[in-house]
Amino acid sequence: MDQQSSKHTIAALVENKPGVLNRVASLFRRRNFNVDSLTVGRTYKSHISRMTLVVDAKRTDARKMISNLFKLINVIDVKLVSSEPHVSRDLALVKVRSDDADSRNGLTLLCERFPARIVDIGPHYAIAEITAQEDVVEGFIEEVAKIGIVELVRTGVVAMGRGTRILDTEYEPAIPVAANGSAHQVY
Amino acid sequence: MLLSGAEIILECLLREGVEVMFGYPGGAILPTYDAMSKYPQLHHVLVRHEQGACHMADGYARATGKVGVAIATSGPGATNLVTGIATAMMDSTPVVCITGQVPRPVIGTDAFQETDVTGITLPITKHNYLVGSIEELAYTIREAFYIARTGRPGPVLVDIPKDVQNQKIEFVYPEGEIRLPGYRPPSSATEAQVEAVLELIQQAQRPVILAGHGVVMSGATQELQELAERAQVPVALTLLGKGAMPESHPLVIGMMGMHGEAASNNAIQEADLLIALGMRFDDRVTGNLKTYSPNSRKIHVDIDPSEINKNVKVDVGIAGDLKTVLRQILPGVKSVQHAEWLNRIRDWDEDSDERDILKTYEGDKLLGAQVMNDLWKYTGGNAVTVTDVGQHQMLEAQYYPHQRPATMITSGGLGTMGFGVPAAIGAKFGRPDEEIWAIVGDGGFQMTMCELATAMQENIKINIAVINNGFLGMVRQWQELFHESRYNSTPMFSPDFCKLADAFGMPNMRVTRREQIEDAVKFARSQPTAVLLEFVVEKEEMVYPMVPAGADLHAMIRRPKPNERK
Repeated sequence: MDQQSSKHTIAALVENKPGVLNRVASLFRRRNFNVDSLTVGRTYKSHISRMTLVVDAKRTDARKMISNLFKLINVIDVKLVSSEPHVSRDLALVKVRSDDADSRNGLTLLCERFPARIVDIGPHYAIAEITAQEDVVEGFIEEVAKIGIVELVRTGVVAMGRGTRILDTEYEPAIPVAANGSAHQVY
Repeated sequence: MLLSGAEIILECLLREGVEVMFGYPGGAILPTYDAMSKYPQLHHVLVRHEQGACHMADGYARATGKVGVAIATSGPGATNLVTGIATAMMDSTPVVCITGQVPRPVIGTDAFQETDVTGITLPITKHNYLVGSIEELAYTIREAFYIARTGRPGPVLVDIPKDVQNQKIEFVYPEGEIRLPGYRPPSSATEAQVEAVLELIQQAQRPVILAGHGVVMSGATQELQELAERAQVPVALTLLGKGAMPESHPLVIGMMGMHGEAASNNAIQEADLLIALGMRFDDRVTGNLKTYSPNSRKIHVDIDPSEINKNVKVDVGIAGDLKTVLRQILPGVKSVQHAEWLNRIRDWDEDSDERDILKTYEGDKLLGAQVMNDLWKYTGGNAVTVTDVGQHQMLEAQYYPHQRPATMITSGGLGTMGFGVPAAIGAKFGRPDEEIWAIVGDGGFQMTMCELATAMQENIKINIAVINNGFLGMVRQWQELFHESRYNSTPMFSPDFCKLADAFGMPNMRVTRREQIEDAVKFARSQPTAVLLEFVVEKEEMVYPMVPAGADLHAMIRRPKPNERK
C-alpha cells in the first residue's frame, strides 16, 4: 500500500489554539527532526485541527518523533498513518509557459495522462492543477518541466487511514471556542 | 463574588495550597502586587533578581515536592527568569511562573517592557500560556499547577496581560476534573512487561540498579530498597538520585558517571543487567554510548515515554510511575544472592579507598574534599545541602553521603552556576525545621550573591559555605587535563567575602585550616540569622575519578595510589 517506504507519514490531531503550530515546529527544531512536509487545517470540529507530517525515515526516527509529539499538551492524538493501508494526496499548482501551440498542446496531453487539469490559461502562461499521490505529482512536475515551469506551489501531503482506521477525538473543550473562531486560529 | 483578574490569580494560588511566592514587582504585574494586601496568607518574598526568584521556587519545590511559585513583571523581569526556568525543566521540577504582560491592545506593538515571553520560554517549559481573557484565567492557573506537578513534573509559565489583571468578573472557582485531552501521563506497567522484568532479574548474575531523580520524585525509596535487598542488587546513584537510598546501606555503591565512584562505573560496565529507575542516561552518566555497559540486558522505567530508547536501547522499556511499577514488580521478585558479584565490587571499592585523598594527602593547604567530609561529620550527615555547580558540587556528591531523599539539592541537567544560594533560601522556606547548607564556589556565588539581602530581609536561617579556591575550579581542571594548563579566564579576583557578609549584616567566619572547621560549623549553627563561612582552599585541587567527556565509562582518570606517585 505504501509506495514510499523510505518516508513516514504521521497524522496528529491538535487543539485549534493559537501557537500550536509553533509548538510543533519548535519541537522539530530543538530535537533536530527533519520534516519533508507539514500541512495543517481544521477538521469538521472547529476546536480540532489536523496535521500531516512527512519525514524521511532514514533521517528521522518516527517513533521518537511520535513520543515527543505526545508530550505536547495540545496534541491530542498521533498516528503513524504510513504503517497501515492509507490514502495520501498532494496538490500542486504549476504555472507553465503557454505562448505557442506546442506548449498548449503538450500541457493538454499531460493533463489527460495525469489526474491533472488546466485551471487557468492566458496568452503567456497557463496554470495546471494536479491532486494525486506524492510520487505521481512528482512525475507530473518532471514532465511539465520539459514545457517550462515558471512557478510552482504544493500543499504538502495529507493522508487518511483506510476503512475502519479512524483518527478522531471525543474531546469537547471546557471553555467553548469563540463563535467567530478568530482568536483560535492555529497560526 | 466580583473579583479582579489580579485577585483571581491570588485566589487560585491559595486554592492550590501555595504558602509562599518568590518574585519582583514591576509595571505589568503591579495589579497583582496591589491585590496581595487582600491575601496576607500568601507570603511574598522580594528577591533581588528574578533568576533568584525562579531558583528559590525550584529549591522550594525540590525540598517539599510541592509546586514552587515565581512571579515577575513583563519584559526584563520575565527574561531574567529564563535561566531558572531552564534549570527546572532539565531537572523536572514543578514550578509555576506567573509573569505580567503588557495590556492586550498593545501586544505586538513593541510596547514598553514588552517581550514575547511565551515564545521565548516555549522550548524550556513543560507548557506555557498567554491568557487571552479573564474568563480563561482561573481555569488556566488550575491547569498550570496540574501540569507542573503531574507526570514528569516541570515548569509552566502563565503570562497575564495587565488589562486582564485589572478586569473584573463574577468569580466562580472552576471545580471538577481538569480536561486536557492531549495530556495522559502513563501510570503502570502491563502484565507482559512485569513478566519480562522478573525474568531478566531472575536470570541476572551481575545486576546493577541505576537510581535517579525519579525515585525521589515518585516517592519510591522504600520500594527501591526492598527490590535491592530482596534481589541483592547493588545500587548506583545519579547525582540527583543521591538520597534515593541511604548511602550508608551496604548495597549502595555510590554515584555513577563522570565523577562517580570507580566501583559504580566498573560495575555498570561489567554488569549483565542494568535496572534503570527514574533516570535518563544523560551523557554525564554514560560517557561513550558505543561502549556503555556492552554486555548487559537493560530495563528502563521512566515516567516519560520519550526517554525510553532515547540514548540507550533497552530490552524492556516501561513508561510509568516508578512507585506504581515497582509495586507491580516486587511481589514476583525472588530472594537471591550475588555474593561473588558484590565481593568484586567491594574489591574495586577498596582500591578506591587506597587512592582517597583524605587518607593520603600530606600538604598543609585546606582541601575542598576535607571541607565536605568535615561538614558531613559536624552536621551529623543530616543537613539538607544545596550546592552550586563545579568542583565543590562533585566533592559534595563524593564526600557528603546522604541518608534521606531530597536532602541534596543541586542543578544537575543544566548545571546552572548561581543556583546554590537562592535555591537554599527556597528550600528553607519549604523545610523551616531543617538545617540548610548552601555549598557554593567563589565563581557561582558571585553570580547570585545579591540574594544575601533577600535572606537577611526575610530573616531566613541558612548557612552558606563559600569554597574559595580563587579559580573557576572545574574549568581550570579541564584546562589542566585537556588544554595543557592554559588557564585562560579562570583565575578569579573576588571581594573579601567576610567583609561582604558584614555589609549585609551577616555573621561570618573565614576558615583556612582544617582544625578550624569544627568551630566554624558550631558558630554557624549557633547564629539565629543566615551565616557565611568562607573556606580558603587549595587552588589547584582535582576532582577524581574523572571520565573525560565522551570517553568510555571504564576509562576513568584515577588519582594515583601513594606508591605510584612521582
